[in-house]
Amino acid sequence: MAEASVYVRLTRAQIRGQLAYRGSFVMNCLAQAIAQAADLVVIAVVFSRVAALGGFDIHSVLLFYAFSGLSFGLADMFVGSIERLPTYIRTGTFDVVLVRPLGTLMQLFASDFQLRRIGRALTAFGTLVYVLSTADVHWSPAKILLLVLTPLAGAAIFGSIFVAANSVSFWFIDARELANSVTYGGSYLTSYPITVFNEWLRALLAYVVPGAFVAYYPALTLLDHADPLGAPLWLGWLDTPVALLAATAAALIWRTAVRHYRGTGS
Amino acid sequence: MCAVIGCYLRITLAGFHRYSTYRQAVLAGTATNIVFGLIKVGILSGVFLARDGASIGGYDLKTTITYVWLGQGLLGVVDFWSEDYLAERIRTGDVVVDLSRPWNLQAALLATDLGRAGYSAIARFVPQLLLGALFFPFRWPDDPMVAPAFVLSTVLAVLVSFHIRFLLGLTAFWLLDSRGVRGFYGVTSGLLAGLEIPLTFYPQWAQTALSFTPFPSLLQVPINVFVQVGDPVLLLTQQLAWVAVMVAAGRLVLQRAMHKVVVQGG
Repeated sequence: MAEASVYVRLTRAQIRGQLAYRGSFVMNCLAQAIAQAADLVVIAVVFSRVAALGGFDIHSVLLFYAFSGLSFGLADMFVGSIERLPTYIRTGTFDVVLVRPLGTLMQLFASDFQLRRIGRALTAFGTLVYVLSTADVHWSPAKILLLVLTPLAGAAIFGSIFVAANSVSFWFIDARELANSVTYGGSYLTSYPITVFNEWLRALLAYVVPGAFVAYYPALTLLDHADPLGAPLWLGWLDTPVALLAATAAALIWRTAVRHYRGTGS
Repeated sequence: MCAVIGCYLRITLAGFHRYSTYRQAVLAGTATNIVFGLIKVGILSGVFLARDGASIGGYDLKTTITYVWLGQGLLGVVDFWSEDYLAERIRTGDVVVDLSRPWNLQAALLATDLGRAGYSAIARFVPQLLLGALFFPFRWPDDPMVAPAFVLSTVLAVLVSFHIRFLLGLTAFWLLDSRGVRGFYGVTSGLLAGLEIPLTFYPQWAQTALSFTPFPSLLQVPINVFVQVGDPVLLLTQQLAWVAVMVAAGRLVLQRAMHKVVVQGG
């Protein structure tokens, strides 16, 4: 627990530092919000041409988008700084991380906490509020719990993807973009119904990398919408266990990767 | 002055060479482009499925899939987001060295960028073109004249793209840090140039508004030349006009900026 308090203190210091340059902070935050809103424009354009996509109307797709965006935004904010790992490895800074008496992941998460990334989460949250205020959901205490848990589980899944994908940097020096294909690509994919993708893309990016549990299944459960592919409705409830499983897998991959690290010499 | 044109040619070759050394990064970038391409193909196929195959503004499913792979390939060539050498040199003051060299700074930077684009055309565009053509419904042009027109159109797209990035970089003379401006460009340019979905899918008013901007010249126009949508002469003229405007704007702003330069220190 001492480690968590160090993390909180480091993060608080970073936030104070970033808020010191108010103009720059607001602008960065806005850019993040616009980046997320660009996906919203794409959805709007698509639905100006069709009434349904993959068997879902715009409200369902907006719910996928909102869950996916909120999950990704939260994950990006808390663990997105791991994207700097290739730089740490290349410059040898990672040696410093290794000798400190703190967990390596914690240190990386706290090294560059970017509050501006909240812009993404805010756009998605706004969409979520809008969709839920117009959608016809039969609310129950269980569904309220699902609504709260889904973005948290989704953030944990995306966080695991961030960690697992960036672990590749220990083997390939310039793999940052490769990691982007599953992190940003995952965020892009999960904003849409998985019914539009072909079988093996679905198998890879929805189940191996458990993107389908970020938005698709929980949203179906929330809306009582039967899955066109025939999956049972209770699958949405599995998002939290799947997230825990993903986090465990990511932690194991990370440990293996760190043990592989030999330094850059010199 | 860099009296002979040969000097710029050498800079272009150096640019080509410089990018060819980052093989792993190019490979990682291409892999990422392919993953995003697969996701786009899925979403856009869903659109045509929902429309029972009805085309949109001259685009049928085959044309749209061709659009996706051409766009993913051109993305690396036209280059929306790369790090800005110029802005960094302005911030640190090193730009003074560049300005006192016996060359035209705008032309020299453009020469480097053309070298980079040339390498990307071979390493990123061609593989994705082949991937699209081999594994997906693909619309090859039925007129041999399309090939030279497409190459010309792509070169013009690179010229427009370079000058937009050049102008954004020059804002550092006034703003000191151009990262904010470039950040906004980064998050909006893809949407405005038709990277996510063909601009043809946009509502008519948006297409009209965009036709008064250089954005369609970056991606939509070269692709339209390839898939033979619209009059090629008109498309190329549109790009040429934007190149002329952007080159002139670049010259003017650079001249203004040079009046601002104060060399400090001794």
